[in-house]
Amino acid sequence: MDFLNSILIKPFADMFGAPDFLMQVLWEGLVSGVLYALIALGFVLIYKSSRIFNFAQGIMVVFAALTLVGLHEKGVPAWLALPLTLGVMYLLAMSIERVVLRPLVNQPDIILFMATIGITLFLIGFGEIIFGGENKVMITEQLGIPTGSWEFEPFGGFLSIEQRDVTAVVGAVLLVAALLLFLNKSKMGRAIRALGDDHQAALSVGISLSTIWVVVWFIAGVIALATGIVWGSRAGVSFALEVIAYKALPVLMLGGLESVLGAIVGGLAIGILEKLFEIYWGQPILGGNTETWFAFVLALIVLLFRPQGLFGERIIERV
Amino acid sequence: MLYRTAGQFKTTYEADHALFPVRQDAILLGIILVVAWVVLPLTANEFAFKALLVPVLIYTLAALGLNILTGYAGQLSLGTGAFMGVGAYACYKIITIFPEVNLLVAIAMSGFFSAAVGVAFGVPSLRIKGFYLAIATLAAQFFLVWLFEKWAWLYNYSASGAIQVPTIEMFGVVVAGPNAKAITQYYFVLAVVTVVTMLAINITRGRIGRIWKSVRDMDIAAELVGINLMKAKLSAFFVSSYIVGIAGALFVFLWRGAAEPNLFDIPLSFRVLFIVIIGGLGSILGNYLGAMLIVALPVVLSYLPGALGIPVSSSMVEHLNTMVVGALIIFFLIVEPHGLARFWAVLREKLIIWPFPH
Repeated sequence: MDFLNSILIKPFADMFGAPDFLMQVLWEGLVSGVLYALIALGFVLIYKSSRIFNFAQGIMVVFAALTLVGLHEKGVPAWLALPLTLGVMYLLAMSIERVVLRPLVNQPDIILFMATIGITLFLIGFGEIIFGGENKVMITEQLGIPTGSWEFEPFGGFLSIEQRDVTAVVGAVLLVAALLLFLNKSKMGRAIRALGDDHQAALSVGISLSTIWVVVWFIAGVIALATGIVWGSRAGVSFALEVIAYKALPVLMLGGLESVLGAIVGGLAIGILEKLFEIYWGQPILGGNTETWFAFVLALIVLLFRPQGLFGERIIERV
Repeated sequence: MLYRTAGQFKTTYEADHALFPVRQDAILLGIILVVAWVVLPLTANEFAFKALLVPVLIYTLAALGLNILTGYAGQLSLGTGAFMGVGAYACYKIITIFPEVNLLVAIAMSGFFSAAVGVAFGVPSLRIKGFYLAIATLAAQFFLVWLFEKWAWLYNYSASGAIQVPTIEMFGVVVAGPNAKAITQYYFVLAVVTVVTMLAINITRGRIGRIWKSVRDMDIAAELVGINLMKAKLSAFFVSSYIVGIAGALFVFLWRGAAEPNLFDIPLSFRVLFIVIIGGLGSILGNYLGAMLIVALPVVLSYLPGALGIPVSSSMVEHLNTMVVGALIIFFLIVEPHGLARFWAVLREKLIIWPFPH
């Protein structure tokens, strides 16, 4: 009975007993959800346009953030370091397309997936050689991101909202809006979606596969940079950030591999739910640190009922 | 000339069904077995056993398990490391609860625990396919490693949270623990790997193996010709996790000597997956070739700069190592997406017709 009470009643009693704390938890969950959604968005873009399951997206986040911080450490001012980092991400996209993807066109999915794991390892080693493996501080202030925090007192309690988190959420919303506009309205965006629908048909009407791939990987790089800046300002920049890449995977499962909307909804849902579960069920009952697996198990359960994720394209099989 | 198959007639069905219908294959295998059982133990030193031979064999076994699931039954799994962990922790519990149990029996038993866990996490494969399934197996990976850390009963409430292998004797010879000789451990692992490989060859070429292959090639078509998909997929998960669990028990008991939960984290899963992919999906030989490459590469890389006289710090070597492994994976995928085993297949074809071009 005690056990049932601690699972079914006490967590909710705690929630409504301290609504200010609940709001804090929800806000924290929302912010990490935005970040998960951003990483998942990078995955979705590449998967849609090339059917490549890009495992390297997480390491691109670290690589972009490290390049930015590393350039600043070498004495480059922040306003110059940002475009330079974008340039580096473009070079990266180009060399990945040239060296890895082009020779592997038409190979089975699993081979391309392994190739992106190869890219991941290469970038980890390369990044550590150039920038060193130690934790670095993100140049938040130099980039003009406010660092203070607002404090509220809802229900006579206490709620603290960091300004950089608000900036992150606003920035992410703008980024997603720009991306959707680009995908839906621009010529290049239409070409990307055409490629996602049917490779051969797109090629036959004159869409250049290699150009699109470079563009798509570059956009994924830009998203990675944005994620890296936000996450780096919260937790510092190091290769430990790589673990957040794994967090994007259940988001993809939940939302569906092809769906931009799914990535956003899935990211927010997982961000909030895993925080709630950790605070109200994980720490009191299971000994904490449940965030490592909760998202995966949640996605697994959802998948049992909808094998293509919440928003994925319906899987139609023909013999 | 050396590999000519012409003139080897089969007069009975039994001879045609033999494990090695081509005489040269059997001779070659015999030579390899003699090298592994006699020549290497006589020539290798302690370092070679610890750093090369034993890990190659253990990784081969783990890769063999994964290859049955991914290469033969077509179910991509990223949770190998955790299933190895289940085998290792199960073996540890068996050994500490029943110290008088023979180590071989304990290892064979521990395989059943990981097989059960593998089947439980394999159930979603009936509904989920492809990359969705791969991510679903990651749920097993993260959940189990978390469990190894939090469930203190598993490591007997030790303060460090790690498991230590006690000294274990078998027939009066120390086989595991700090006092064990490397050569004994090598023979122990070699015996297990030889037996399991033989079993795996026979399973994969028999009825069950053909069922798995048909499920891999197209599961709906397989279902239409009367194959029970549930049985086929779950049996693949069972056999695969059993072998992976044994490999995990050997990994800790006969090689590492101690283990922390994060040893079984995702890098281990990926290392085994690399071995399978680089060696060749759906090939038993490939596991050996892949394991040799992945195990030997770091050892070679750490000695190469010293041998060439270039001073490089040890952390630099580690980073270079990661980078080179990543680059090599891409290189091998581009040069031969079907893995190292295909190289041997091509070479063998050439040898059969040599010295003629066609």
